[in-house]
Amino acid sequence: MLISEQKPLEEILGYLDREENIFLIGCKGCAAGWESGGEKQVTEMGNALKEQGKNITGSVVVDMLCDSTLTKLKLRTHKSELAAADSILVLTDGAGVQTVAEIVDKGVHPGCNTLSAGGAHAEWKEAERCLECGDCMLDYTGGICPIARCSKHLLNGPCGGSQNGKCEVDPDIPCVWQLIVDRLTKLGQLNKLEKLVKPKNWSVSLISGLPTRRVS
Amino acid sequence: MKTKSNLERVLEAGHFAVTGELGPPASADPEVIKTKSKFLKGNVDAFNVTDGQTAVVRMASWAASLMGKEEGLDPIVQMTCRDRNRIAMQMDILGIAALGLNNLLCLTGDHQKFGNHPEAKGVYDLDSIQLVKMVKDMRDEKKFQCGDEMRVEPHLFIGAAANPFADPFEIRAMRLAKKVAAGADFIQTQIIYNVDKFAEWMKEVRDMGLHERVKILAGVAPIKSIGAAKYMQNKVPGMDVPDAVIERLRGVPKEQVSKEGIKLCIDIINQVRQIEGVAGIHLMAIEWEEAVPEIVESAGLLPRPKFST
Repeated sequence: MLISEQKPLEEILGYLDREENIFLIGCKGCAAGWESGGEKQVTEMGNALKEQGKNITGSVVVDMLCDSTLTKLKLRTHKSELAAADSILVLTDGAGVQTVAEIVDKGVHPGCNTLSAGGAHAEWKEAERCLECGDCMLDYTGGICPIARCSKHLLNGPCGGSQNGKCEVDPDIPCVWQLIVDRLTKLGQLNKLEKLVKPKNWSVSLISGLPTRRVS
Repeated sequence: MKTKSNLERVLEAGHFAVTGELGPPASADPEVIKTKSKFLKGNVDAFNVTDGQTAVVRMASWAASLMGKEEGLDPIVQMTCRDRNRIAMQMDILGIAALGLNNLLCLTGDHQKFGNHPEAKGVYDLDSIQLVKMVKDMRDEKKFQCGDEMRVEPHLFIGAAANPFADPFEIRAMRLAKKVAAGADFIQTQIIYNVDKFAEWMKEVRDMGLHERVKILAGVAPIKSIGAAKYMQNKVPGMDVPDAVIERLRGVPKEQVSKEGIKLCIDIINQVRQIEGVAGIHLMAIEWEEAVPEIVESAGLLPRPKFST
């Protein structure tokens, strides 16, 4: 079970600064369990965004958002609402956000921070997508995580060892920054990477924060 | 002048700069540094001391730098993000400046997997760009990364690396721009064998006006053998060794190969010198420091500028 909590509304509004039409996605699995992105939270987020002058083109709460086949089928029934949206706000953990990014050629914003996998990595054997860093930055990277997938956890672009799309550490590992650059190029948002990303706050992360935390 | 760096002086005075490189020993032997320093003294304006290159344990860069300074050289301390978190880095930065060392090259670092301790935990608390910014804020704002203020700031000439040959190519100039925005004073590039590709990158750099905001030193290195050339071509991440280079070395008798490697290096120096925006070279004669005097002299880069005070 991936444990997540919603980001502050202010941070989410920062992501949506230049966007008006938003499609919302939640999940009936972990995010519903942790009350960060179930039916209720998606409705509430829709209302909060409307109050801020945003137009919600539609929303969907998928049974298991990390199941890409299921999510693909589900999103197919919302084609026109997705087409009308400038971007998508996903109220789940990092795994769910990245599933959507893989399916939809539109900007995807994370609405939550992933705090912990609660001891289990159910869906991601050999394809870890989320390292529970507690301060989701998928908005900046087009919905692909460099914390989980860059061998050096780099935040400001690829190191000098990226070649032919592969990581210098292992020719079987794709260079995640190549994937990020490809996706942002496709979305016409490569300039997002011009931003100087500040040192990460690792204190909220399971990687080097507290070894365990109490979850109520 | 931001610092007492000789390299900064040479560049500010508009000279075509030459930096060298010294790999510290994988032992506690100080003699190695003295011996290697002899080949560099008078032939380079400053020299890099690597920080655990290829993730193999060697003498600390700052310590070997200090010994090199005692030999009369201007050291460039290298610092990677692989082995230290932001706390350790800032402690070292204070110490480096207090020891009178004037230059710091900020790097991400070769992954620990490649070295002799592949089971080590890689740190990567910061990336190289964040490291550049942290040093710049310490120097110019007297602030630690956390925002706390310090009384005496470290006066360091800040360097960073750039690799025009790594992928994705379209992001390479932008990444340089980020290093400049973060506060890099000078840049040393990956070793150049593909001059055309380097020139293409430099054009992008000029189009962004970056050559006017940062001093770019083109990386060059002599090749000792065909084996070494093939190793770099196939095994070293982020290297671009065109087939033509290997063919050129194959075209001479075996005993002439290292000589041809030196000639090739001189040819590349002469070519990159013609490219607008190149402010100098960074000569990496790794474990072949004795080749430095001949290369620098044959390339017409002697004598090196001297300043009276």
